[in-house]
Amino acid sequence: MGDTADRRSPLAHTADRFAAATRASGGALRLAELPFLAQVNVRLDPKGPAADAVGLALGMTLPLEPNTVVHGGGLTAVWLGPDEWLVVGPPGSQEGLQEKVRTAIGSEHASVVDVSAQRTTLLVAGRHARDLLAHGCSLDLHPRSLGAGRCAQTTLARAQVVLVPRDAYKPGFWVLVRSSFASYLADWLLDAAAEYTAPKATASAHATSEYAMPQFAETSS
Amino acid sequence: MLLIPCPWCGSRDEAEFHYGGQAHVPYPEDPASLDDTQWARYLFFRANPKGPLAERWCHTDGCRRWFNAVRNTATHDILAVYKPGEPRPVIA
Repeated sequence: MGDTADRRSPLAHTADRFAAATRASGGALRLAELPFLAQVNVRLDPKGPAADAVGLALGMTLPLEPNTVVHGGGLTAVWLGPDEWLVVGPPGSQEGLQEKVRTAIGSEHASVVDVSAQRTTLLVAGRHARDLLAHGCSLDLHPRSLGAGRCAQTTLARAQVVLVPRDAYKPGFWVLVRSSFASYLADWLLDAAAEYTAPKATASAHATSEYAMPQFAETSS
Repeated sequence: MLLIPCPWCGSRDEAEFHYGGQAHVPYPEDPASLDDTQWARYLFFRANPKGPLAERWCHTDGCRRWFNAVRNTATHDILAVYKPGEPRPVIA
């Protein structure tokens, strides 16, 4: 970056706590930020020639069915609306991506905007990923309704998010959240994950004390 | 809490939506020719039935699209949802 300011992701300060929670869960949860993913918002007529041209240029068809995603060529196209998509690519690819889409669109009526700084991406994976998100999300997160190839724009703990399941077989989600909400959502996730990251000793001590209750009753009678 | 079926995203929690008032209120064809009473009537006067009412809703936390819904104001039943520009469905 030379003499310019260092670029810091919205959740750079949370990385240690995410790593600690991931370790403490013993593999049940994986929390991490995927910073600086390139995100380009594309709006165009889904039935017009621009949609096909963009699909050809990106090597994938833009998803037309609501709440679906298409992966291809290292990119992910997320359905945001009947004429709106979010194309997500690896960090730093936004300039090339915009250029490619703009060239494909030519003189058609469309809008291509770099929104990479608008949202950051959280990875919530592991076998308790769905349980964790369910603490603050009213949608059915089971793979039969939100499996691979689908996505959902909804609220998680009252913050607007885009949920993208990552894998057909292992539970894992991208949670795209606005940068200004990211810190709040990270705090909320870490708090909601407490039951999966609590030290085992505490959990068993609690259980023992519960089961010990009847013994007191026996001795008093 | 209502479960509102967005025409694009499917059934979602009421908290994801914003209410937009009565649907199908046409903008006056020649606004300059209206007097104050007529203009006030266009701006502020809305139907207030006990029963089905066509309303505008926006799926703010989802696809951010406006749509129309016919809601029974007495029972909160959503009787129909349809996209903007489509005519109000006939409800028996």
